[in-house]
Amino acid sequence: MAEYLLLINTDESVYAQPDIDMRADHDAFRARHADVILGGAGLYGSDTATTVRTDGTGNTVVTDGLFAESKEVMGGYYLIDVPDLDAAIAVAKDVPFYRGGIEIRPVMVRN
Amino acid sequence: MPAGANTTTEVAAAVADAHRREWAFVLAATVRVTGDLDDAEEAVQDAYARALETWPARGIPANTGAWLTTAAKRRALDLLRRADVSRRALPKLVGIEAAAASAPPSPVGARDAAGADDAENGVVVVADDRLRLIFTCCHPALAFEARVALTLRMVCGLTTTEVARAFLVSEPTMAARITRAKRKIAAAGIPYAVPAEADIRERVAGVIDVVHLVYTTGHTAPEGASLSRRDLTERAIELAELLRLLLPRDRDVAGLLALIYLTEARRASRTDADGDEVMLEHQDRSRWDRTYIDKGLALLATAVDGAAPSRLTVLAAIGAVHDCSPTWEQTDWRRIALLYDTLLAVWPSPVVELNRAIAIGFAESAQSGLDVLDGLAVEPSLVRYPYLQAARAGMLVRLGRRDEAVAAYDEAIALSGNEREQEQLRRQRGAAGGFSAFG
Repeated sequence: MAEYLLLINTDESVYAQPDIDMRADHDAFRARHADVILGGAGLYGSDTATTVRTDGTGNTVVTDGLFAESKEVMGGYYLIDVPDLDAAIAVAKDVPFYRGGIEIRPVMVRN
Repeated sequence: MPAGANTTTEVAAAVADAHRREWAFVLAATVRVTGDLDDAEEAVQDAYARALETWPARGIPANTGAWLTTAAKRRALDLLRRADVSRRALPKLVGIEAAAASAPPSPVGARDAAGADDAENGVVVVADDRLRLIFTCCHPALAFEARVALTLRMVCGLTTTEVARAFLVSEPTMAARITRAKRKIAAAGIPYAVPAEADIRERVAGVIDVVHLVYTTGHTAPEGASLSRRDLTERAIELAELLRLLLPRDRDVAGLLALIYLTEARRASRTDADGDEVMLEHQDRSRWDRTYIDKGLALLATAVDGAAPSRLTVLAAIGAVHDCSPTWEQTDWRRIALLYDTLLAVWPSPVVELNRAIAIGFAESAQSGLDVLDGLAVEPSLVRYPYLQAARAGMLVRLGRRDEAVAAYDEAIALSGNEREQEQLRRQRGAAGGFSAFG
């Protein structure tokens, strides 16, 4: 078995759409994949993000906003434990997302 | 010389033959022992080297594939024993255990592939192993160019140098591309497995695209002094035949192999004594290969049996119309134009529209063809495409507008990167200009 992080990247404008019940969709998703989901959460919007950067000389700078500006932002994640990438892709295809995409990242194994 | 010994020449030929026929078979079986593509590759290379050393004295074994597999597996076990386990930063290929167990029947009938006439049980598993190897190398999580490179390296056994030469990149670039792909297979957990039933058609389509790219790259080399690259077309034929053997019920695979056979049938007449391209119109049809045409037509019948045809199947059907026409003049251009309509439905693309326009130019009139072509000239992806100007030039010649034809040929020559193709275009331009000189 291997762990994968599913990063949900969404255009935040979908949050404003009244016809989308994101909470119910994710509850149903969690129920369908309860056996492989190790964890996961939704994140508050990008306007609440804070970034700490290094300036390269050992000092850090705190700024308002995302690390990288883009149209799609990370809106949540799941950590899953499945046999292989094909299984991870199958779960990712089932994640409720409305505009954007799911990035699948294998989690490093520590011995 | 002991009994059963062979000359070095015989052995070299036998090893070369086994390399070509059995590489995938041997590698796929060895991966099961190593659980890692890199180690398996090294062990298989070592087994082939050992064959060159030992076969002259001991004789060429009756079953070279089995001999090489045994030698490679033994070498793989040595490598594993010697390897410091903690050195391995990457996990093993997943799916190996499943592959080793008596696997359930593959959803696509790989079991049938072993054939009733080969009753030996092991063959079934090996057939499955090669299929696993192909699906791993052509996984959609790998970049397309990495899939092509990996397939040529792992399934066809080309060296990294050969793969680099085929795609006109430097050897270090290709080595890095292959290494990165192997690393991703291990780290991302791309399985050594035949995909699930629900994904099979999409995944087979991905494999077909890889094989087709190898064939087309070989058929008309994008650059260089020679029109085609036999090394690549031969590998593509072998890959397509292997897929057909492993996936006998897949219609799209039948369509791919039909297309390759029906195109390959015309190979002998495609170039003249100087290696210059001979256009379909001027080819000596008596030199077309009947065996390839018959095999292609039979496969095409399988491929169109009851399903919406794939892109390559429609291309094969177009090739079949040409292959079955006794002369250029008797070509059923209306049928070809209709097939291009079908093709546009499954594969909307400016290049298909261009070919459809050419068919219309023959089915109806040069003016109708030119009108459609001129409508396509605004298409951004066709602006730098030499065939659009070449096709325009052809229509203009037929309409007697020779100065415009010469200008269109000049543009096509400037846009082409293949010297043989440029030579062909220059001759056509000469002919167009020549007519004009005679009034």
